[in-house]
Amino acid sequence: MNITEKDMERLSLQSRLELTPEEKAAYTKSLEESLDYMNSLKELDLSTTEPASVVLPITNVFREDVPQAGMDKELVFANAPEEEEGTFKVPRII
Amino acid sequence: MELNRLTVQQLSELLEKKEVSSLEITQDYLNRIKRIDSDLQAFVTLTEAEALAQAKLIDEKRARGEDLSSLAGIPMAVQDNICTGGVKTTCASKMLNNYIPPTDATAIARLKKAGSILIGKTNLDEFGMGSSTENSAFFTTKNPYDSTYVAGGAGGGSAAAVAAGEAAFALGSDLGGDIRQPAAFCGVIGFKPTFGYVPKTGLISSASSLDQLGAFSRDMTDMALVLNTICGHDAYDSTSAVVDVPDFRESLINDVKGLKIGLPKEYFAAGVDSKVATKLQEAIKILESLGASCVEVSLPHTKYAVTAHYIISCAEASSNLARYDGVRFGQRVEGEDVLSLFMKTRGQGFGEEVKRRILLGTHVLSTAQYDEYYTEALKVRTLNKEDFAQAFEKVDCLLTPATLTTAYKRGEMTGNPLAMYRSDVCAIPASLAGLPAMSLPFGLVDQMPVGLQLIARHFEDKTLLRVGYALEQNTDQTRLKPSLARG
Repeated sequence: MNITEKDMERLSLQSRLELTPEEKAAYTKSLEESLDYMNSLKELDLSTTEPASVVLPITNVFREDVPQAGMDKELVFANAPEEEEGTFKVPRII
Repeated sequence: MELNRLTVQQLSELLEKKEVSSLEITQDYLNRIKRIDSDLQAFVTLTEAEALAQAKLIDEKRARGEDLSSLAGIPMAVQDNICTGGVKTTCASKMLNNYIPPTDATAIARLKKAGSILIGKTNLDEFGMGSSTENSAFFTTKNPYDSTYVAGGAGGGSAAAVAAGEAAFALGSDLGGDIRQPAAFCGVIGFKPTFGYVPKTGLISSASSLDQLGAFSRDMTDMALVLNTICGHDAYDSTSAVVDVPDFRESLINDVKGLKIGLPKEYFAAGVDSKVATKLQEAIKILESLGASCVEVSLPHTKYAVTAHYIISCAEASSNLARYDGVRFGQRVEGEDVLSLFMKTRGQGFGEEVKRRILLGTHVLSTAQYDEYYTEALKVRTLNKEDFAQAFEKVDCLLTPATLTTAYKRGEMTGNPLAMYRSDVCAIPASLAGLPAMSLPFGLVDQMPVGLQLIARHFEDKTLLRVGYALEQNTDQTRLKPSLARG
C-alpha cells in the first residue's frame, strides 16, 4: 500500500499534526508497513459476517435526567492555557 | 519488619491488631521509594505530604474504633492516565505535563473512600501506547529483576512498583495487555476485569471500546480485595455494566476439582519461548493433579484478532486524542491562527508513537478507507468473539502464556513498533472480546519472571481468582521476589 506525498499532507492536516519533512518521510514508510500488515485481513471472507462495535450487550446506560450541580467555573478554567472573562481564549478566528 | 514485602491482607491484620500504624507503613514505603526509585523510575509523581496526612487520618479513625475496610491505611500506586483530583495526571505525555484533574476517577474515589492511601502516580507509555514504557515522554521504567531489561508496558510503572515493594498494590489500565504483559515481565499479578465491570470514569480515554481499568497485586487475596472495591456500576460511565458484583473473596477456594481448562493451540504455536512453555506445562500438571482437566481448544482467528485490534485501537485513539488542542487544558504552542495553534500544539505535544497511531487511525477512518479497514476489523471482532464463545462451550477457562518470552532488553524493540505490538498476541484477543483475563507469575526462566494467563467468560472474573488461588496454595512459583528486593 502506497502512501503518496499528497496522502501524507492530507493526513497531517486532518490529524491536526504539524510534521517536519523528516517526520513525514519516516511516517510514510511506517504507515505503509502497518497498512501492509492490516491487509492480512483480506485473507478472510467476511462477506457474511456482521461487524461488532461492542462485544457486550451493554447499550448506552443513562443516568436519571435530574439536574445536578455542574463543576465550579474556577475548576473548569484551572487548566486552561489562556482564559479571559470566563472564556477560553484563542487567536482571532474571523 | 519488612513492611513493604507484606501483602495487603497481612498489613491489614497488623493494623487491626494495632501492631503497626498506617503512618509507619506509609513512611516505610516512602523510604523505600526514595532509596530505589531513582534507579527503577516507576514513579512520575510522588504524593508524600498528602499520603502522610491521609495515613494519620486513618490512624485516628482506627483509634476512635471506626469500622474500616481491609484496604484502609494501605499505600497504593496509580497509573498516571487515571485522574487523581488535585494531583498531576500526565499520561506520561508532554501534552499533559501540567494537567491537574479537578476530580478523582470513580475507581480512585472508591479506593479513597475505603481508606487506601495514594502514594504516587506511575509511569506508562505515553497515552498507553507501547509495551515497554520506552514511549513515556519522561523516562523508561526498569525491570526490578534486572535494570537492563524493560518492565513492560504500557503499565510498566505500576507493575515495577508493586514488584519492588514501592506500593502494596496498584491500578492500571489494559487495552491490549497493558496490565497483563508488564505484570508478567515484573513477576506480579495483573488483572483485567470484564469490560464494563470497573467504571472508566476518570480513566483518560485511548480506545473506548477496549480500555479497561484493572489492578496489580502480589497475591490473589489482595486482588479480590481491590476488585471488591473498584467493580460495580457507575452512572457516569455509559459503558459501565449494570450487573451485581459478587464478593470476590468467596472465590478464594483451594479447589479446582472438575474444572475444565482449555489450552488454545494457536497461543502455544505463536512462537512461545521453549523455556516459558516448559514452565506452563508445570502449571498445567499441578492443576491436573488437583483434579482439573486440561484440553486443547482452538481459537482459529487469533492472528487476525491482533490485526483487527490494531486497526480499531488506532482508529479510536485518533478520535479520542482529538480533544488535545491547546485550548481547554494541556500544553499550548502559540500559532498565528487557530489552525496553526492546533497543528503546532499537537505536533510538538505528542510523542513519536502517539503521532504515528493518530495518523494511522485517521487514515483507516478516511471515507475512502473506512470499509476496507475499519468495518472489516469490526467483523473480525465478531469472529474473535465467536471463537471464544465456542471454546467456552467446552471449557470453564483458558490457560495460555501471558507473553511469548520473558522481558526483553531495553532498546531491543525500539524502532520496530509493529513487531512490539505483535508480540502482545497472547493478550490482545481477550481485550478485543472484552473478556476478563489475568496474568500471574509462575517461576523464573534465566532469572526473569514467567507469566501465565487465564481467561474466562464475561463476568466470570471469579473463576480466574479461583484457579489463581489454587495454584498459589499448591506451589511457591507464584510468589516471586525480584533481585532488587533481595539486595
